[in-house]
Amino acid sequence: MESTNKTDWPLWEVFIQSKRGMDHKHVGSLHAADAQMAIENARDVYTRRGEGNSIWVVRAADVHASRPEDQGSFYDPSDDKVYRHPTFYPLPEGVKYM
Amino acid sequence: MTREEALFRFALRMGDNTLVLSHRLSQWCGHGPALEEDMAQTNIALDLIGQARNYLTYAGELEGKGRTEDDLAYLRTDREYTNVHLVEQPNGDYAHTIVRSFLFDAFHLPLLEGLAKSKDERLKAIAEKAVKEVTYHLRHSSEWLIRFGDGTDESHQRAQTALDDLWRFSGELFAGDEVEETLAKDGTLPVYADLRKEWDMTVDRVLDEATLKRPADGHMAGGGRKGVHTEHLGHMLAEMQVLQRTYPGAEW
Repeated sequence: MESTNKTDWPLWEVFIQSKRGMDHKHVGSLHAADAQMAIENARDVYTRRGEGNSIWVVRAADVHASRPEDQGSFYDPSDDKVYRHPTFYPLPEGVKYM
Repeated sequence: MTREEALFRFALRMGDNTLVLSHRLSQWCGHGPALEEDMAQTNIALDLIGQARNYLTYAGELEGKGRTEDDLAYLRTDREYTNVHLVEQPNGDYAHTIVRSFLFDAFHLPLLEGLAKSKDERLKAIAEKAVKEVTYHLRHSSEWLIRFGDGTDESHQRAQTALDDLWRFSGELFAGDEVEETLAKDGTLPVYADLRKEWDMTVDRVLDEATLKRPADGHMAGGGRKGVHTEHLGHMLAEMQVLQRTYPGAEW
């Protein structure tokens, strides 16, 4: 994933937390020379409309992803195993957010 | 000089400093060295124009002749502008832009911190909002100056050249006159000699980290507060004001 052009800044993936307690969501990517610059650039590019409470950045080269061709063997076998879903008992009344 | 007169002039000076620097930075829009930096610099320009609007609106009210922020921004000549020379200097290369911002930000932040304790409620309110914005401006310009100074041979040389070129505009920041003196007496403004100490500390700390050499204080340019400017301001205003001058009263 490293840029082929040595003079380009490396690519960073940006995660923004919008409110305390929420998770950090992937919002996009940007270029920066190092982590500090990446955080400042993320502040300037992705939090201009009050979206931000906390910023994580990670070098795109450090993100390891599953391969598209593994999709069948990875995910399809779980399609017919409904017993793995916790849907076989009644929820007590008053339980919210399930 | 009465307090009201001094307050009007001071509000106008702050409005002009922030408006002129904002316009200079906005000239980078679409031309920044990287998309991310282009946005950072235009964000800063927008912060500054927001501050300029507050100051110029206040100045218009203090003057009491019905002039609005737009009248003050678009219908005054360079001889009526009262900003310091530093902020009107052209963008130059990116090192010049960064050094210009850094020298101003290092002055602007302690000034706002002082204004946030002002006896004047309106200035206090403007400064309380602006101080957060300018804290980031100083961080941004400091970071870049350190990267340039402590970077490659070329970036170091360009940063040192920019510093040497712009240093002669730094003395004017603190060269207050009867306006600042009048307002410092009753706690409306901080004392400029104290700001100078903070500025020196910030400048020395950042230049040290950037491995740049602090230039010697030679002749210092001045006169901006009285409406005497370098040749660059007139050209900048011609571009900034052309629409209002060509179609007076135009709105959209």
